[in-house]
Amino acid sequence: MNLGAKPMSFSSSSSPWKSNNGVSDQFPAGLRVLVVDDDPTCLRILEKMLRNCLYEVTKCNRAEIALQFLRDNKNGFDIVISDVHMPDMDGFKLLEHVGLEMDLPVIMMSADDSKNVVMKGVTHGACDYLIKPVRMEALKNIWQHVVRKKKNEWRDKDLDLSGSAGDGAMQQKSSDDVEYSPSTNEGNWKSAKKRKEKEEEDEGEDRDEASTLKKPRVVWSVELHQQFVTAVNQLGIDKAVPKKILELMNVPGLTRENVASHLQKYRLYLRRLSGASPHNNGLGNAFLGDAGFGSISSLSGLDFQALAASGQLPQHGLVSLGRVAAKPAISVDQRNIFSFENPKLRFLEGQQQQINNGKPVNLLHGIPTNMDSKQLATLHQSAQARQNKSTPVVMSQAIPSGVAARSKMDGVHGPAYTSVDFPRTQRAESAANSFSLVSDSGISCLTSKGMAQNEVNSETKRSRNVYLNHDIFHEQNIGRNQEWGVQNVGPAFDSAQLLHLPGALDVSSAVLIPPGFSSNQINKATALVGSTPGIGQQINSSLANNSLVIKADKLPEMGFQNVLFNEQLGQQDLMTLYKPQQAGIEPVENEFGFDEYHLDNLIV
Amino acid sequence: MEVEQLQRSFLEYIAALFREGFLDGQFSQLQLLQDESNPDFVVEVVSLFFEDSERLLNDLTKALDQQNVDFKRIDAHVHQLKGSSSSIGAHRVKNACITFRNFCDERNVEACLRCLQEVKQEYLLAKTKLEALFRLEQQIVAAGGAIPILDEFS
Repeated sequence: MNLGAKPMSFSSSSSPWKSNNGVSDQFPAGLRVLVVDDDPTCLRILEKMLRNCLYEVTKCNRAEIALQFLRDNKNGFDIVISDVHMPDMDGFKLLEHVGLEMDLPVIMMSADDSKNVVMKGVTHGACDYLIKPVRMEALKNIWQHVVRKKKNEWRDKDLDLSGSAGDGAMQQKSSDDVEYSPSTNEGNWKSAKKRKEKEEEDEGEDRDEASTLKKPRVVWSVELHQQFVTAVNQLGIDKAVPKKILELMNVPGLTRENVASHLQKYRLYLRRLSGASPHNNGLGNAFLGDAGFGSISSLSGLDFQALAASGQLPQHGLVSLGRVAAKPAISVDQRNIFSFENPKLRFLEGQQQQINNGKPVNLLHGIPTNMDSKQLATLHQSAQARQNKSTPVVMSQAIPSGVAARSKMDGVHGPAYTSVDFPRTQRAESAANSFSLVSDSGISCLTSKGMAQNEVNSETKRSRNVYLNHDIFHEQNIGRNQEWGVQNVGPAFDSAQLLHLPGALDVSSAVLIPPGFSSNQINKATALVGSTPGIGQQINSSLANNSLVIKADKLPEMGFQNVLFNEQLGQQDLMTLYKPQQAGIEPVENEFGFDEYHLDNLIV
Repeated sequence: MEVEQLQRSFLEYIAALFREGFLDGQFSQLQLLQDESNPDFVVEVVSLFFEDSERLLNDLTKALDQQNVDFKRIDAHVHQLKGSSSSIGAHRVKNACITFRNFCDERNVEACLRCLQEVKQEYLLAKTKLEALFRLEQQIVAAGGAIPILDEFS
């Protein structure tokens, strides 16, 4: 009997070896195929044909079951063949799911050969489209899709590895590569932002990962994808950046690149679902960075945003900007602030504890610039929340701490803010806006100032206050990511800010007020604190600072990231701030501490 | 002897089916897929086709009998029937389905009813002929012979 010549001369066994990587001497034999079709006739025929190709076949007549198969057997399949028209789920939807969750090549097939259906297959990412009735010859070569995809993945990873710098090169790559570009940008941005704390770590990690060429392909199981989605939802789809998602997911062995490419797909998937376009996280990042610096100077948010958005302004750069702007005195001041440490340390410790609880208490302590803004923003938010409750309390606390900190400092008036380069402020308006807000708080600040002064004497009180402040801020900061900007400027907050931003408060730091600020606003603030000229000035400055900060805070994107940053950096910031004579401490960082210093001077 | 006769009858019969358009090259593909590990592959697949088609034809009859004819649903059914019939090489059934789909697009109930009739007819014809073919095959196997394949169609 002539059974027909078999095109391939393989072993007689119809079920080839079982291997997980699908690559072997016998390749493409043993290719693990999942075929999905609701037509039993076609399904059976395909199964037989594929078996005759010496592929390992699993057949399935429902898309949901197929997805379950795929999820339960991570790395259990090399390729999926699916019919387009199925009763329980559209074949293209299955295609999307597989692409998102498992990243396997998918071949679509249908008796429908109309152009638009085939085009739909292309746009949804099918690697091939077969017209029914499917012939053996068509199935014989499906292994090429598996090889091609693996090859592309490796190439992408290589490129990604070789080029955080190689963005350009990456962009020249295929669409697969594109997914790395944004993540790389984000990575750059984030690096800049977190430079002090984690940048090296992150980069190191990335590099380490990069150095392991040809990372194994990550199979996005349903659990993994769920973790991913949870992380993304937690972060907010607009603010979900691969690094953060990766951290939240906390999956060992998962790389940022994996997450980045998956995020890309997910965004496309969501976009298809809702028509919304994915947000550019890079921008958000930029804002964050701005926030950090915003507090420092007029650079607040806006300037930084622009810079950050372009990804050109790493934190470092911002800091250096601050430095450049800063006068030499500033650094001196900062040192002074540190020398101040003792009194501060006390509450610093306390605060640190509080900080541990979570939020950017640091702001109060003159957190490094980058963080400061964020923390400041957080504080703003916190302040907002707290306004009602403890404005006076906050004020008093704020002041004492500031005062305490400052008492020992001698006339190091915070050029910190000065240095910050108000000239950079191009956002007079926003500054102005925040400024006016600050003005309101100025009043409260003023009030509490009186109180604060009383408490100046006791360091303990200060500590208490500080703690209190921190608590307040802490609580406020929690979950307040989104409330940047105006809201944040509450009296309590302002005062706190004022108090804690001695630098801002420094009389001489009228400089703090960005040139763009309208004099009216400044006057307003001054009027509020009129009775205490020094303080008033301080308030002005702090108001300015606040406004600056607020401005930064206003960046919605920042909110979230700030929080994260705050969490991460807060403690560190605090430590950094109070580490005496740390050369590394930038003047910018010290701003807040600086403020305290100034405040002390004024009050004392 | 008997076996050879049976085999000859078989070959003539199947050749006629091809010639008359009841079967096409796809059927030969099925025959090629049959081997020692799946000796009844063709019968198995064609049986699946019969089951599925009868279900689809029933659904189609019901759907066209509705007050408000759901053309989308009908189109989906016909599309599937088209797919399965083409997969086994039931050529005339497939063609009838294509015609049916065209009228479905026009949302012409009368024409669709006619088409349904046409499809049913073709289906029954195909079924009868294939069953006859399988009976011949069984006889050949029972007589100890091997089922011949028409090479020119493979």
